Amino acid sequence: MREFLAALASQGFLQSALAAGLLASIGCGLMGPYVVVKRIAFIAGGIAHSVLGGMGAALYFGFSPLAGALLAAVLAALLIGWVRLRWRAEEDTLIGALWAIGMAVGLLFIAKTPGYQTDLMSYLFGNILLVPTESLWFMAGLDGLLLLLVLAYHRQFLAVAFDEEFARLRGIPVTFFYLLLLVMVAVTVVLLIQVVGLILVLALLTLPAAIAGHYVHSLGLMMLIATLIGGALNLAGLALSYGPDLPAGPTIILVAGGLYVSSALVSRFLARRRAQLAASGSGTPVSQVSDHSH
Amino acid sequence: MSSRAPVIEVRDLDFSYGAARVLEAVSLSVAPGEFIGIVGPNAGGKSTLLRLILGLLTPQAGQIRVLGRPPREASRQLGYVPQYPSFPRDFPITVEQAVLLARVGGPGGGRFSRLWPGGYGRADRAIALRSLAEVEALDLARRRIGSLSGGQLQRVLLARALACEPRILILDEPTANIDQRLEGDIFDLLRQLNARLTILVVSHDIGFISSYVTRVACVNRTLACHHTDAIDGPIIQQLYGEAVRMVAHRHPPQGMDHA
Repeated sequence: MREFLAALASQGFLQSALAAGLLASIGCGLMGPYVVVKRIAFIAGGIAHSVLGGMGAALYFGFSPLAGALLAAVLAALLIGWVRLRWRAEEDTLIGALWAIGMAVGLLFIAKTPGYQTDLMSYLFGNILLVPTESLWFMAGLDGLLLLLVLAYHRQFLAVAFDEEFARLRGIPVTFFYLLLLVMVAVTVVLLIQVVGLILVLALLTLPAAIAGHYVHSLGLMMLIATLIGGALNLAGLALSYGPDLPAGPTIILVAGGLYVSSALVSRFLARRRAQLAASGSGTPVSQVSDHSH
Repeated sequence: MSSRAPVIEVRDLDFSYGAARVLEAVSLSVAPGEFIGIVGPNAGGKSTLLRLILGLLTPQAGQIRVLGRPPREASRQLGYVPQYPSFPRDFPITVEQAVLLARVGGPGGGRFSRLWPGGYGRADRAIALRSLAEVEALDLARRRIGSLSGGQLQRVLLARALACEPRILILDEPTANIDQRLEGDIFDLLRQLNARLTILVVSHDIGFISSYVTRVACVNRTLACHHTDAIDGPIIQQLYGEAVRMVAHRHPPQGMDHA
């Protein structure tokens, strides 16, 4: 650990790795709670994998891979959202198809792009140690945009996430806010690909938020805590991977996964204990007790 | 019946899910201040009729006017209590916040409502708390919504509908998921609310609701109405017994509206 801190103080690449991790934590802390409570992790997965198609095409045609990723993610988000709201049928099949087609297109383009084969692994697993400074600025800008949108519209997002039907009856433009939410998730996915890569994006988007959800009763608190947990996980993953020279991305995710499983067990234990206390305590309605045990 | 303009006017309504005809030639006129019970067999089209009036579904034929306007434009004037909560029970939200969501998009955001369109102001909070007090659920305000019992949740859903400050209250089987002891409480509450609101309530139990409502609409693909004040004394006896089945199921060939 001391070795890591000393390296952190002197090594520029470690500093930008940490900055990238923290910036990604803000994005996933803001959007992760929506993904978790709205149960759209599979949609986020579809978007994440369609991104590879956009990246591959951008590499092949000589554009910035980030621009290609962003474009593919937003298109995939709009397509999935439109199908869910209008067509209603076969939503999960479509997501699966986009998932597979996106990866296939990406792999084909990358295979035909000279010199990029070796970098494929970094798009799948990310390379937090090689994040260029301009990407840091880009991520900071996206974080700022997400924060502004969430601040301005958090009640509409909450209404749409909580109860779409009721929101529609209240005259809230549900389609607009649902699609906006998916596009924001898509942007976050692209942002996180820089850090932990395509395959592990979902974990960083969902795990910190799910851990926070075990303990708090509001979406806003969930965002704050998920951001802090995300930041701490990034720091811990970097520190743990530095000594034994492990890849940083998978280390971060394993720490996150371990924390999530422990937290799920602990919160389950606490809930059961509460139920027992309520059952043994006097004057508690039976109905309340049965709710806790579910 | 009152001579005032109807608050809900349904004319010659047809609705099908795909090839399955659910409602046929349904007409219904609801005057302000009425308390209408909608009864009928399962899958007879009761909930579908409510969803059409709410503007959540669009009819294939016929016309619906709610407060003189198409349903979608009038939906902010309606308070809706669904049969099943249309949200996940483990959602991280308190009762008060869930009820406050009824105020989103309203004009109550105060001075900054234009800059900050999501805002609700002090007035909205007061309305949410008043609605909770009205259904005697003020003590639940800070509870997480997933920790409520069935009866408590039903009261909170009713409070959310009241926080819309509706002119018409529309309830789909509000007592289907709670025990009978609480069913009377909810309907006593509805009777009080009927002093200022028009109420439409779907129920499976015609015997129970006919002591509360002013009129019963039987929906089984077609619709027929029966005044409860016309079924007094011995006729009520009849309604509770064999005749319940007749009222609910044997419709004249044309949907008849006795209003």
